[in-house]
Amino acid sequence: MKGGLAVALGAGAIAAAPLVASTYHVLLMLPFMAYAVVLLGLNLLFGYAGLVSFGHALFIGLGAYTGAFLTTHAKIRSLEVILLAAAALGALVAVPVAALCVRYVKIYFGMLTLAFGMVFYTFVLKFYRLTGGDEGLPFLRPSLLGQSLDAMPKTDYLVGPYYYYSLAVLGLAALGMWRIVHSPFGLCLKTIRDNPAKAETLGIGVTRHRFYAFVISAVYAAVGGALLGPPTGNVDPTLAYWTHSGNIVFMTLLGGFTSFFGPVVGAFVFIYLQNWVMSVVPYWRLIFGAMLAVIVILAPDGLMGFVTRRRPALAGRT
Amino acid sequence: MILEAKGLRKLYGEFCALDGVSLGIDAGEFVSIVGPNGAGKSTLINILTGVVRPSAGTVRFKDREIGGAGPARLARLGMARSFQLVHVFPDLTVLETLQAAVVARLGRAARLFRSLARDREVQAGALEVAELFGLADKRHVPARQLPQGDKKLLDVASAFALKPVIILLDEPTSGVSTADKTAIMDTLVTASKRIGLRAIVQVEHDMDIVFAYSDRIIALHQGKVLADAAPGTILADQRVMDTVIGRKAASPRALSC
Repeated sequence: MKGGLAVALGAGAIAAAPLVASTYHVLLMLPFMAYAVVLLGLNLLFGYAGLVSFGHALFIGLGAYTGAFLTTHAKIRSLEVILLAAAALGALVAVPVAALCVRYVKIYFGMLTLAFGMVFYTFVLKFYRLTGGDEGLPFLRPSLLGQSLDAMPKTDYLVGPYYYYSLAVLGLAALGMWRIVHSPFGLCLKTIRDNPAKAETLGIGVTRHRFYAFVISAVYAAVGGALLGPPTGNVDPTLAYWTHSGNIVFMTLLGGFTSFFGPVVGAFVFIYLQNWVMSVVPYWRLIFGAMLAVIVILAPDGLMGFVTRRRPALAGRT
Repeated sequence: MILEAKGLRKLYGEFCALDGVSLGIDAGEFVSIVGPNGAGKSTLINILTGVVRPSAGTVRFKDREIGGAGPARLARLGMARSFQLVHVFPDLTVLETLQAAVVARLGRAARLFRSLARDREVQAGALEVAELFGLADKRHVPARQLPQGDKKLLDVASAFALKPVIILLDEPTSGVSTADKTAIMDTLVTASKRIGLRAIVQVEHDMDIVFAYSDRIIALHQGKVLADAAPGTILADQRVMDTVIGRKAASPRALSC
């Protein structure tokens, strides 16, 4: 019950932010919500299936480029169509990638996802005519629910309709993921994370479940990636670069992968902290690196670990 | 015959772990596999449960060839097992562990958006097994916080939750105090009647347990079946008693088949 209240308060605070917070801070909420969608998916793989991917920037990039390509080359501006296309393409690319990756676990899985991520990054960089190479591709302002909002000043569009659209997508994504982790499928994923050999003797298809979890996480990453485009109005290859994959793993650890909303909290703190540290000191990576070390050593359950006060469940076991 | 093995042979390089083992398990039987260390008991169990593929020979379960079929498929066919070393899901509670088994049995493991909490059949099925094994009071305790004996019990209980036709237990009472052994075995026998289990095969070192509960004993020695008979016959056979129970195996062997 307390959890439900916290979620309601959190959602209310996000919904009220444009009314009370400065435009500057409200604009920062946009990448937060996009990353929150990505991380809800990533954590199905990380926290629930026990597989750490270092290649999910591939799917973020895929989603973002889908939107950019559709708005600039195909003259499709509907965000609903863009998100559906991103999800479909994410699933399509994830199927062969997942089929190969989920045969491996631990570091081999991580390295294989990293390798696929690098292949995609190079593809984005080199196929200039499709992707714009290192300059990237414009992501033209999408229409929302069939309403073209081109006449609106950009900031008004972003802190108004686009903001609430993102919030609605995040809400739906969270609801869907909540159902997934509390389904029979979600329980089976946890058995596989804890003890795959035992799960198999119970008749649970270990590889098959990992495969589904991977594909679902890729769909979430692609949808979140597409949401990252409109605020900047441009997508570029850094979205698909492997350090970006590392960042989202960092966000997950920061918030806590053993809790459902941990990664969402992680995304929020990461974005605001990064923004603040960058404005104060030029070497933000140094600060963040030290922070990551502290989290792994002292607080393996992340920030949510302090809230839930659970024992560090998975520390040192993966 | 529920489970039948013919001419099983398993080579690990030069080492011959099993050398022509044949056996059959009938409905209603409680069969114990005994033998000194290195006799091939674990290899035999691993082949019978599809984890290890035999070098030669066949295993038939419910009239189907299952050599190397893999544990997940065998579980769905109705063969369950427990391990010598306790296998639990450390972060899952007793109830969650049993629910997972029931979910798998009912073929609902791929249900993505259904609520587990509202699946009455799964909830009731898991609770029933928890009660059967005396774990109902601890149903919300994560497995890693259970005492060793309860972990063992949970491991076996999750195999029972599959409502299998046959169950193969690799030392169900190992690492458990002598006092608790009988309790575990009684629970096991009662539970097997309640869920309609057709046969139990166990590997066991404790001879008191073996003689008290078995309908039939299969004694292995150096990868071969030394005896396959009722407990009374085994007890009367001095040669078998000496080999299996008396002293350790005559000498460590490095025979080739």
